[in-house]
Amino acid sequence: MKRMQNHSKVVLWAVIIFFYLPIIILVVNSFNADKYCGSWDGFTLHWYEELFRDREIWHAMGNTVKIALTSTLSAVILGTTAALAINKWKGMIQNAHYGLIYTHLVLPDILMGISILLFFVAIGLKQSLFTVYLAHTTFCISYVAMAVLGRLQDFDNSILEAAQDLGANPWQTFWKVQFPNLLPGIVAGGLLAFTLSIDDFVITFFVAGPGSDTLPVKVYGMIKRSPKLPIINALSTILILITILAVVASRMLGRDEKKS
Amino acid sequence: MPTQMTNSSSITPPKRGFMQRIKHHLNELIVTAPSFLWMVIFFLIPTVLIFALSFRSTAPGGGIGDTWTLHTWQTISNPSYPEIVWRTIWLSVVATFLCIVISVPCAFAIARASKKIRHFLVGLIILPFWTSFLVRVFAWKTLLHPEGLISKLFITLGFIQPTEQLLYNSGAVLVVMIYTYLPFAILPLYAAAEKFDFSLIEAALDLGSTPLRAFIQIFVPGIKAGIYSATLMVLIPALGSYVVPDIVGGTDSEMVGSKIYQRAIPDRNLPHASALSALLFLGVLVPPFIAWCFIRRRNINITETEAVEAAITEENKRNKSKGGVRK
Repeated sequence: MKRMQNHSKVVLWAVIIFFYLPIIILVVNSFNADKYCGSWDGFTLHWYEELFRDREIWHAMGNTVKIALTSTLSAVILGTTAALAINKWKGMIQNAHYGLIYTHLVLPDILMGISILLFFVAIGLKQSLFTVYLAHTTFCISYVAMAVLGRLQDFDNSILEAAQDLGANPWQTFWKVQFPNLLPGIVAGGLLAFTLSIDDFVITFFVAGPGSDTLPVKVYGMIKRSPKLPIINALSTILILITILAVVASRMLGRDEKKS
Repeated sequence: MPTQMTNSSSITPPKRGFMQRIKHHLNELIVTAPSFLWMVIFFLIPTVLIFALSFRSTAPGGGIGDTWTLHTWQTISNPSYPEIVWRTIWLSVVATFLCIVISVPCAFAIARASKKIRHFLVGLIILPFWTSFLVRVFAWKTLLHPEGLISKLFITLGFIQPTEQLLYNSGAVLVVMIYTYLPFAILPLYAAAEKFDFSLIEAALDLGSTPLRAFIQIFVPGIKAGIYSATLMVLIPALGSYVVPDIVGGTDSEMVGSKIYQRAIPDRNLPHASALSALLFLGVLVPPFIAWCFIRRRNINITETEAVEAAITEENKRNKSKGGVRK
């Protein structure tokens, strides 16, 4: 048993190094003066300077935040009502409802991207920030609904019965009893949707029009065309930093919740 | 997953008044309609369009023509496509297989660690998964670049000739696919390993089994459910890969996803793109179908007991709610 544990531990640590090494090298290289990052040519902040001078990146950053905020907000409302409906009523309609939300999570991104592009072309809707918003809201709904459904399944329905027996009307029962209980699920789903919206490339790439590039679409364009790879290193480092801060923040929030 | 075994008629007590029944359905309609309609408009209809538009003619200016045709499907069967389809399948299957082979010992190691370290390890595995997907693929591009660290290291060690490229081939695509999909395999396998009874392995060792044999014959079958879900979690997105072959692959490592993009955006040949997407759609339905057949055949008794149990709990719930909320 001991030997098996040691062998498997070696594999695990090799995998963790495999996971982190490319990222660490990327971060180090963002401070590397060498243009091709082949060898260490001294410390520089030059790439960050160039990055901050690039107006298009700031524009893309603004688009990303706009889309993430609006689609997360819409998805939090639609996803929560979806989860409530699926949990409360049974039957053909809710089976189909659940099927649609679940299948959307399983299918590869590229199919979502191409299908919604075909739809927009077919109805003659021009590609813009609005089409990106519609596409993002669609996949965010699924994530929020799943997070809230998970929470609903652990919920003890007899509490609702107790509230109604004690004279609360359905409206009060929902807002005063069920909603506070669901809130952690809604927040978790919302955070997940927000992060995935910021990170999404494939779906956005299909539905973004001129001027509606989000940050990942812009980064992709730079990877494909820009000769200055270190600038992308600098941008990636900033993105990684934001992610780590967000994860740490959400962990801290989670800890507070557990305490109270 | 909710157990959805009853229909609405059994939930509505038959003695209810007509108005009450209408009200009950109206409530359901109001809560269901917004998300349901959204998903129908922006998911179901577009998915149906993939199939429908593949039978449309191509308009000369790009876009969709007005007549129905089988022409697109005929061109799909031309010589270059079967090769791409085949490559997509083998790259995805090999990547999935390697992901699982690597992940099983990882799941074992995490599940055997003490509780505190376990949370830390799971966090370590998830964190890179939260950083941007594009950034992770790009990191590999700089590593495998002729001037990059790995290329230089391999040349110094004599693994490759200075003229050889590590980038833009199927090998690079495979490595980066494993890199990006590995967390999808580790997490479900760990979830299964956590529930595994490790005293079974000790029993096997006490009875004289070698550690390797105990691992393969006791542990691996014990986390079978995790292996099924890990396979689906990796194989389905792998079949639809587009970013990885596009950034680290070359012209001889294109996958179906790359072709869908080329036909849809630069060529603006939407019927062609939809035919390829329809093909991919049918392709990603195959693995879940096989898994479903397997699970059904192997555990038929278990699923039946589970179904009965689920039916009983459902019945209890309904009785409770009849006495309470829905009175």
